[in-house]
Amino acid sequence: MEMAWDPITRIVGSLGIHTKIDFKRKRVAECYSTSSVFRGYSVFMRGKDPRDAHFITSRICGICGDNHATCSVYAQNMAYGVKPPHLGEWLINLGESAEYMFDHNIFQENLVGVDYCERMVRETNPGVLELAERTEAPHAADHGYRTIADIMRSLNPLEGEFYREALQVSRYTREMFCLMEGRHVHPSTLYPGGVGTIASVQLFTDYLSRLMRYVEFMKRVVPLHDDLFDFFYEALPGYEEVGRRRVLLGCWGALNDPEHCDFTYAHMTDWGRRMFVTPGVVVDGKLVTNDLTRINLGIRILLGSSYYDDWEGQEQFVTRDPLGNPVDPRHPWNQHTIPAPQKRNFDDKYSWVMSPRWFDGKDHLALDTGGGPLARLWSTALSGLVDIGFVKATGHSVVINLPRTLTKPETTFEWKIPRWSNALERNRARTYFQAYAAAVALHCAEKGLAEVRAGRTQTWEKFEVPDESIGVGFTEAVRGVLSHHMVIRDGKIANYHPYPPTPWNASTRDTFGTPGPYEDAVQNTPIFEENTPENFKGIDIMRAVRSFDPCLPCGVHMYTGSGRTVKAMHVPTGLSGLGG
Amino acid sequence: MNAGTQAPVERQGAAPGSDEKPIHILWINAGLSCDGDSVALTGAMQPSIEEIALAGLPGLPKIAVHWPLIDFECGPVQGADTFIEWFFKGERGEIDPFVLVIEGSIPNEKIKPEGYWCGFGSDPETGQPITTSEWIDRLAPKALAVVAIGTCASYGGIHAMAGNPTGAMGVPDYLGWDWRSGAGIPLVCVPGCPIQPDNFAETLTYLLYQAAGSAPMIPLDDKLRPAWLFGATVHEGCDRAGYYEQGQFATTYDSPKCLVRLGCWGPVVKCNVPKRGWMNGIGGCPNVGGICIACTMPGFPDKFMPFMDEPPGGKVSSTASRVYGSVIRRLRDITGETVDKEPKWRHAGDELTTGYRPPW
Repeated sequence: MEMAWDPITRIVGSLGIHTKIDFKRKRVAECYSTSSVFRGYSVFMRGKDPRDAHFITSRICGICGDNHATCSVYAQNMAYGVKPPHLGEWLINLGESAEYMFDHNIFQENLVGVDYCERMVRETNPGVLELAERTEAPHAADHGYRTIADIMRSLNPLEGEFYREALQVSRYTREMFCLMEGRHVHPSTLYPGGVGTIASVQLFTDYLSRLMRYVEFMKRVVPLHDDLFDFFYEALPGYEEVGRRRVLLGCWGALNDPEHCDFTYAHMTDWGRRMFVTPGVVVDGKLVTNDLTRINLGIRILLGSSYYDDWEGQEQFVTRDPLGNPVDPRHPWNQHTIPAPQKRNFDDKYSWVMSPRWFDGKDHLALDTGGGPLARLWSTALSGLVDIGFVKATGHSVVINLPRTLTKPETTFEWKIPRWSNALERNRARTYFQAYAAAVALHCAEKGLAEVRAGRTQTWEKFEVPDESIGVGFTEAVRGVLSHHMVIRDGKIANYHPYPPTPWNASTRDTFGTPGPYEDAVQNTPIFEENTPENFKGIDIMRAVRSFDPCLPCGVHMYTGSGRTVKAMHVPTGLSGLGG
Repeated sequence: MNAGTQAPVERQGAAPGSDEKPIHILWINAGLSCDGDSVALTGAMQPSIEEIALAGLPGLPKIAVHWPLIDFECGPVQGADTFIEWFFKGERGEIDPFVLVIEGSIPNEKIKPEGYWCGFGSDPETGQPITTSEWIDRLAPKALAVVAIGTCASYGGIHAMAGNPTGAMGVPDYLGWDWRSGAGIPLVCVPGCPIQPDNFAETLTYLLYQAAGSAPMIPLDDKLRPAWLFGATVHEGCDRAGYYEQGQFATTYDSPKCLVRLGCWGPVVKCNVPKRGWMNGIGGCPNVGGICIACTMPGFPDKFMPFMDEPPGGKVSSTASRVYGSVIRRLRDITGETVDKEPKWRHAGDELTTGYRPPW
């Protein structure tokens, strides 16, 4: 049966979903992910002053724009050959940590949380709610909710106590962000060469007071979510299959260590490994690489199902990287964006999203980011490189040490590599990464304050824009991998291609026919909802999609069918004739 | 809040069981947008979204918000609680009155043979996306008021930059600057990239009071901005203006002095951020070291790029200010030294020297 969710709410951007659901077998048969908005940043940025890049690219996204601004500043630093003062980098890390704390919190509680709230569970799985009423929360002493149903009630939109508290938390974490980067979400104080923020004792006091409130908050939230998500495994045996796909995770690393990062391409492999979130490609649970140079050279942009003309035969901007390695024509440095608006056709072209893939020498892997946190924790855990006291990567887990707060003692959380890459583990990782970001912020605040106390208050360094240059920035946006590739010619932008996480996650079937991660994850999703097709909500599908934290005006259209016969309910979704 | 199929952000009437008809808010975030204005609004505190939705301020009418960012409803399209159905209801006149909020710039859909630059929901007839422009054509004539949130929807913004492929424009460019709703309300534009959270919350609250009959016509300037929010320039509210007056200009971005020579356009930009702060009085732009790139203005961004160059007009005035500013500074230094000292009668000696004469 065909079913469409269009637009999907409680995500960022316009997203539609068209599916084919096999109600007899209670499975999603097919899923198509489409996007209905095109703006054309790489087109209108050409010919502009390279120093404008971070101001412009921030506007790509209204919830993680600062990640773009940061990534652009990294790419510009490389292109201009400038290394910001250490203090400037600590302030950026503190700003970006606050962005993680804010964004994961608001998304988890106010957007995703509603999928697990009492009202939603009552409307989709009344049996599960009944069980939740009878199930005592194992960590009630930590978070104060006696039963799982109490947790669910607290997540009800607006009326739920925890829902409203999370909104407040999303505000003071944004205040923390604004202290460091001026304003949210498009920063005002970020520049190539550093920041314009005045680093004073007051700045750190204002930040730290709020940070410690957040640390205390996380001591309640981590156990609360463990209880909630563990309950779903228990209440619905087999729920691990929802949103599950093969472990194909990418993480481009985040939060530079200024003591090692000099922003040169030549040393990128080394300083990449010093990041406080370790870059890495993880396939089937194994770390393929944590080398940013190799990661960079492996990126390929495929088309296949997107509304663009191919750029084959067009000019190649970069044939070799600064180390002399060959650069592929399908690499972002060499991409040309040629929009070709056309009708949506699920047999052919159906989305404005392209299909980024990572080439491991053999296959073009459709990596996903697990919403961001899952890949970040997985990659950091496997590499075992981060060791800053507040956070330690062990090779199989990440240990997060939170200090004593106003009413709660010192607390340690350990995120262990899960058995599956699925919806619940993406959500669980999000909560743990909130604690991780707070812990790294504690480290950065210590380091930054030490600079201020030593009188080293410079936060910005002068630079010149060269006539010819290239740059790349790597970071982790909230939702995962983010890269910016820039080419400068005659002192102007000749080519600029940002690749945020959602193009990876929401990508479409590529030239090889490989589905994108949402499509892939949703196509495997079993249906546990108790409703009949007539009052079906598709909650399991929504949980699968939202676990990736979709962001940006991009879409998913899915299509559902029962074997050979397709029965269209009320309206055609534009998918008729597709596999049915 | 009731269970069932009503929107989650719908509150029950102030009096329980009241059958007061709600004012619906239909929110289209599918212009050429980044959703940054939606996100920014969740940060508002004066008032907050929950205070608006649950009538935390006295006299607010009952509302039902259909806002993609946080809506409980999702679909599927054919199902019982489909989100997009509210927009069809608006078109059919079934949810009168409603306020239409548009986020993102409006692309020109006429410049290409087929396809769409941006769509919102699917057309049941064709299975193709319904373009955002088409939604505006359908809904604007029936709306109580149309509000453009953010600089993109107001004036085109970043996505209407020179060289853009979509022909993007603001809502007034699309509907006409003189457009009036059936109720006689002009388009309301709240610019900002993104909007300052409280600026929009306040404008929305004002319109709800107006709809409830307790406030007069919203006062707008000739660019359709709320007059009380956008009447003054950045510079007039900037706490670094003192440095300007004294001719002290930053030569590096991490300096606490005036940033005019490093790219700040504050003196000619209408925006209240330095005065108001970004949220809860914290943050801002030039007041905290971030040059004003004029993101609230109709000329944004092209008329202000390259952002990090000194505005051409700034050179003359800042040079003048340097000359007389240095004189002023010298005089202030002298006064400053005087007022930095306590009067001489504050001491621990045996004698009282304050000028008081005891009557005995």
